[in-house]
Amino acid sequence: MTTTLLRIATAGSVDDGKSTLVGRLLHDAKAILADSLDDLARTSAERGFGGEAGALDLALVTDGLRAEREQGITIDVAYRYFSTAHRSFILADCPGHVQYTRNTVTGASTADAAIVLVDARHGVQEQTRRHLGVLALLRVPQLVLAVNKMDLVGWDEQRFTEIENQVLDLAEELGVQAATVVPVSALHGDNVVDPSAASPWYAGPTLLGLLEELEPARESGTARLDVQYVIRPQGALAPGLDAEEYRDYRGYAGTLADGSLSVGDTVGVLSNGYPAASRVQAIGTPTGPVHTAHPGEAIVLELADQVDIARGDTVVSGPPPQAVREFDAELCVLAQATLAAGQRVLLKHGTKVAAAKIAQITNVLNVADYTRTPADTLGLNDLGRVSVRSSAALSVDPYRDSRAGGSFLLIDPATGRTLAAGIIEADHAAA
Amino acid sequence: MSLTATARPGTQRSVLDALEAESIHIIREVLAEFEKPGLLFSGGKDSVVVLHLLAKAVFPGRVPIPVVHIDTGHNFGEVLDFRDAVVARYGLNLVVGSVQEYIDRGQLAQLPDGTRNRLQTRVLLDTIESNGFDVVFGGARRDEDKARAKERILSLRDEFGVWDPRNQRPEIWNLYNGRHEPDWHVRAFPISNWTERDIWAYIQREDIALPSIYFAHQRQVFERDGMWRAVTAVSQPEPGEQVAIREVRYRTVGDASCTGAVLSNADTVQKVLDELAVATLTERGATRADDRISAAGMEDRKTEGYF
Repeated sequence: MTTTLLRIATAGSVDDGKSTLVGRLLHDAKAILADSLDDLARTSAERGFGGEAGALDLALVTDGLRAEREQGITIDVAYRYFSTAHRSFILADCPGHVQYTRNTVTGASTADAAIVLVDARHGVQEQTRRHLGVLALLRVPQLVLAVNKMDLVGWDEQRFTEIENQVLDLAEELGVQAATVVPVSALHGDNVVDPSAASPWYAGPTLLGLLEELEPARESGTARLDVQYVIRPQGALAPGLDAEEYRDYRGYAGTLADGSLSVGDTVGVLSNGYPAASRVQAIGTPTGPVHTAHPGEAIVLELADQVDIARGDTVVSGPPPQAVREFDAELCVLAQATLAAGQRVLLKHGTKVAAAKIAQITNVLNVADYTRTPADTLGLNDLGRVSVRSSAALSVDPYRDSRAGGSFLLIDPATGRTLAAGIIEADHAAA
Repeated sequence: MSLTATARPGTQRSVLDALEAESIHIIREVLAEFEKPGLLFSGGKDSVVVLHLLAKAVFPGRVPIPVVHIDTGHNFGEVLDFRDAVVARYGLNLVVGSVQEYIDRGQLAQLPDGTRNRLQTRVLLDTIESNGFDVVFGGARRDEDKARAKERILSLRDEFGVWDPRNQRPEIWNLYNGRHEPDWHVRAFPISNWTERDIWAYIQREDIALPSIYFAHQRQVFERDGMWRAVTAVSQPEPGEQVAIREVRYRTVGDASCTGAVLSNADTVQKVLDELAVATLTERGATRADDRISAAGMEDRKTEGYF
């Protein structure tokens, strides 16, 4: 049986018990080895955790840098790894307090699923709305809401049902694709990895059980390959290969997105802004040639016709994509900067980097209540609607249909800093 | 109760396929966007895997960048022989930065404990600068250490080689941004998301050759600080430390004066994997004396410009 990889992100703060939950997940999934447990026990004792001998402060598992320990906060996204018999997990642990938007966007951008923490005593808070808002915007395919600290409300089923309804209403309002709610106590380990005797009224899976069952794959149909690198080895062949065989070799390397592609398929190309068409002649993968390649695979495409294709061009299944030079998008500002209309930036979309301009800023999103306020500038951690004009023709898709075709970065041309991440919206991707 | 999405059935790809694809994507981005990349290559399993991935990323082309070895002068002979064999097999250019030469010229002073991992930083930074590398690939993994868990895939270093964990660039989707100020450079870590077990499973799947010291062999060793140290020119027993012949292997290769061996009879990749399945110590905790100094040992070295 094949074990699969699931990328998850967490959202929540220390107050919700997020660090304890992550620590509990790693501890109960046996992902913490003896020397790290010794460190944990020693530090827990030094800080007088719990009082009883041998009690572990599981929040310390995610304690990272010295600056964080000194300030008792988490600054940056940390990546953790654990596995079960069926699945390996990459967990992006996103701090809730400092720069939560930037951190949550970072962690959620590659996630197949996200865990959002809700404190059972407080229910849905403004912060819950913020986290859900960002996760919905990034279209994380699966959300798991962990109602934590159930022990502090006496494992009251009614309280849980009340929060569950609040949360699911909110998820529906936000257009979340899939959401599941689990009652847990991270501190005591109930329903995290092992089922709890304290919640006889809860028949669903534990948090880990749920993560093991989630379906990570998604395919939209139209294959998309942003060309990263053109391989024309000529005199510089890998040792041992026959120079004659590869004399005219020209391969387009990139990571396939959204749909499958097979030998013989008709493909369309947007090459330096001009449409062209060809047919797939061969597909190379890390494990050799294949007839059909699937989304997520790093491939090399050989085409039947001589087409002028370079890094930054896009190959899709079917007819050539439309060339787009101006589009509307939701922008999330990631740097200490003020973005305004007219500002010159570099745009990275797929594998193309082009000079671009912020043509207009329309409004800023109030993540707490999802209303919008007209605005002319956006600052750090702001989300807002903008339009962007690119010097080069791009092949864009609505983010809803394609993470690859609907996402971009704005970069400061002077310093190289990443200024913002952008999401191209469905009804704003017009040519 | 839950909202459910109609999941579209996708192809179930294995963990190794997914990790391999991600790494190759990163490697291709770096090769395409930077002027002069190099590959840090110690002969250790992680750098061997990065080289293997690099070769796949450009196949059927030749690996287009030089490999860089920061030689502590405390290497195991088997590892140096292995390095030279790999360089010949792939047809690579090898750049060596020698800690010993720096010590001989008086540019670096020996540390009181005689270990040299920490001395590599200066040599590494000079080698990067004198060769004009704007990016170097490294084999660091996030599961190795707390400080590494927050490391980016593309990690910026300022003109002094300093890593500033509080000012890291967010990495979003698979859109990597390697732009930087002229005298800065970038460290690229394409296997950030692999675990030790993934590395060994991949070595098995791809039948990748490794230095022999990774597998069980008979060796003269003595016990110090709960670790088995090899008897070598740079690592001698103190009075009272008993020398014995044991069957051992190494989980990491490095400075022979501070890298410990583990008792093991795992003489094949499969046996190493079996051993890892029941391992109770992290690879650094088990075998790196210099990582045990403090909880912040790696963080301190990284901010100085270490690998």
